[in-house]
Amino acid sequence: MEELKTRRPIPLSTNYAIAYAARDLDVDVVSAYPITPQTTVVEKVSEFVANGELDAAFIHVESEHSALSAAIAAALTGARAFTATASQGLALMHEMLHIASGLRAPVVMSVAMRSLSAPISIWNDQSDIFNARDAGWVIMFVHTAQEAYDTVIQAYRIAEDPSVLLPVMVAYDGYVMSHTTEPVVVEGRESVMKFAPKRQYPYRLDPDRPVTIGAIVPPEYYYEIKYQQVKAMEGALPKVDEVDREFGKAFGRSYGVMECYMCEGAEALIMANASYAATLKSLLPDAWKQGYKVGLLRLRLYRPFPLRQFVEYTSNVKSLLVVDRSISYGAPYQGPLANEIAGAKLKEDLGFNLISVVAGIGQRTMENEDFIALARLAWEGRTRKFPETVFYGVRE
Amino acid sequence: MARNWMDYKTDAWVQWCPACGNFGILTALQRALAELDLPNEKVSIVSGIGCSSRIPYYIKTSNVHTLHGRPIPVAQGIKLANPDQVVIVASGDGDLLGIGAGHFVAIGRRNIDIKVILHDNAVYGLTKGQAAPTLPLWFKTKALGQPNIQSAVNPLLLAFASGYTFIARAYAYHIDQLKEMIEAAIRHKGTSLIDVLQPCPTYNDIMTKEWYEKRIYYLDKEDPSWNPNIEKPEDVKKIPKIVEKMMEWEPRIPLGVFYRNTMVEPLDVRIEKIMPGYLQNPPARRSIDIGGRALTNPFVAFKDRIVTT
Repeated sequence: MEELKTRRPIPLSTNYAIAYAARDLDVDVVSAYPITPQTTVVEKVSEFVANGELDAAFIHVESEHSALSAAIAAALTGARAFTATASQGLALMHEMLHIASGLRAPVVMSVAMRSLSAPISIWNDQSDIFNARDAGWVIMFVHTAQEAYDTVIQAYRIAEDPSVLLPVMVAYDGYVMSHTTEPVVVEGRESVMKFAPKRQYPYRLDPDRPVTIGAIVPPEYYYEIKYQQVKAMEGALPKVDEVDREFGKAFGRSYGVMECYMCEGAEALIMANASYAATLKSLLPDAWKQGYKVGLLRLRLYRPFPLRQFVEYTSNVKSLLVVDRSISYGAPYQGPLANEIAGAKLKEDLGFNLISVVAGIGQRTMENEDFIALARLAWEGRTRKFPETVFYGVRE
Repeated sequence: MARNWMDYKTDAWVQWCPACGNFGILTALQRALAELDLPNEKVSIVSGIGCSSRIPYYIKTSNVHTLHGRPIPVAQGIKLANPDQVVIVASGDGDLLGIGAGHFVAIGRRNIDIKVILHDNAVYGLTKGQAAPTLPLWFKTKALGQPNIQSAVNPLLLAFASGYTFIARAYAYHIDQLKEMIEAAIRHKGTSLIDVLQPCPTYNDIMTKEWYEKRIYYLDKEDPSWNPNIEKPEDVKKIPKIVEKMMEWEPRIPLGVFYRNTMVEPLDVRIEKIMPGYLQNPPARRSIDIGGRALTNPFVAFKDRIVTT
């Protein structure tokens, strides 16, 4: 009876779902700074700490730079550390992002994706994450509040695995997900800790054996240390898959590293993540009714990039439309993800026509018919080349 | 014809909570600009991030809304290029004393002629009431799960230690007195701080209008001989008293001008010494072209370094 009760879904925003995950993971240290639209994550976590549901040190810092610094230091002492941010906060953390991965600190951070200044916009796009993609973090996109809860739990298993020891970002759309409510099954402390028990950090800072970390490294060694990150990132790929499958066995939900939705018989695919993927799932049946046999290729694991699954899903389609919600100004394709996909297409000698679309910048509204229009564009792309990035929905 | 404060209003709808202290600061600032009859384009207001930092939208001058914690560096850029410009930083205690505290200190060392108006409500109002750097130790405002375990920073002492040469404290609901202090700060040449105590009726349920009004008093009303001016070497004898007043908080909170030191060279005078002509011909007024042609022709200047293939 008790078991049944805890497994009933409760209404949570994605921000709250993440806070519940942090609670159930029994995180030891939370350091954070308020920023819209992340704030309610750590607000909820601070409530858990205050009312005794979570025994953690909650550090109020004076900036995001300090928030991540404190979380990194905590992780290196062997504590389970959590932080959350968005937008300018992630941008301000940028140098600490590289320090987290370089020091191999298994920090987990949730990111409510938001556009960057200037001009100031508090609304959603994905410029923050795509500007942080080369910082050596494992990056995962989620498309529902449930997946956010589940993925934060998976993230600690991945980050803390002795063969990985990399920081992990779990990213979702600001407002569209952070502030909307969905049913979420909250598994509770006992079963979550059984799935993701705390592990001894192998290089833990130990007062009995004092060492200096972050010290200067000459050209003779620096490269090898960075190459270790390359190997760790490569090794993370099967680990993410394995953790997700085990999660499925434990809780009945798993997501894969990349998801292909309505791909059976599809001749074209749209590659999208987070809320756009969720919206497309509800709209693709309409697109098929209108004759556009288009599937959704949902990007869940972004770093490391699941190339094998990508090849498997795209080797038989005629076109692939990649939706970017950030801009790589002046790049060959001006959508950063599309640019990478062009590289993957060349590397794997894939035959599809690539269509690069930028949309939703600063949360420019995408109506249902706009997503259908993207499906039509993907469909047209089977027989037509789009050499330039399409800036969808912009007024020129 | 002299300007009146309506000349500094914009059409933008003011988005603050009812009874927010920001309204008082906005009105006092507009009135001070009118009183000094400053041309709109000769004033720049630079803000950071927070409720208070919307103020540039409501004042018809040349303004910048910058990033969280960063209005001071932007203001310094404006002032260095345009030494004649009246440059005002208006931002919150979270912005200026938390994330941007490094800049708050650095500006004092330079004694650059910028007026910092600190909207001091002790909470992060925009993100719903977290404890900000001026919230006293053990205060538990409504958004906090537990009492604040960090001590408040004293903005007046920090400014004093950093080298600000005009330091005042005002109360946002006393618009006339605040207006006087802003005028005095603008007339002073050097880095100036006005710490404006400001109730946040939405999130600070402790430091309310009633809380403040039980405690505040004006230095010059209490002691008619109060003189904050340091104008000659022997005036430094006043400093222990000034610092003592800066440290006073409970049970009574002094308001007024604490410190005005006219013996420290402002930055523009220092620059003039190492860069003669800076004040007559500051960067913003230097010609960079004549009739659309650059003053310097790189092909001539670097003639002997051009590689031809």
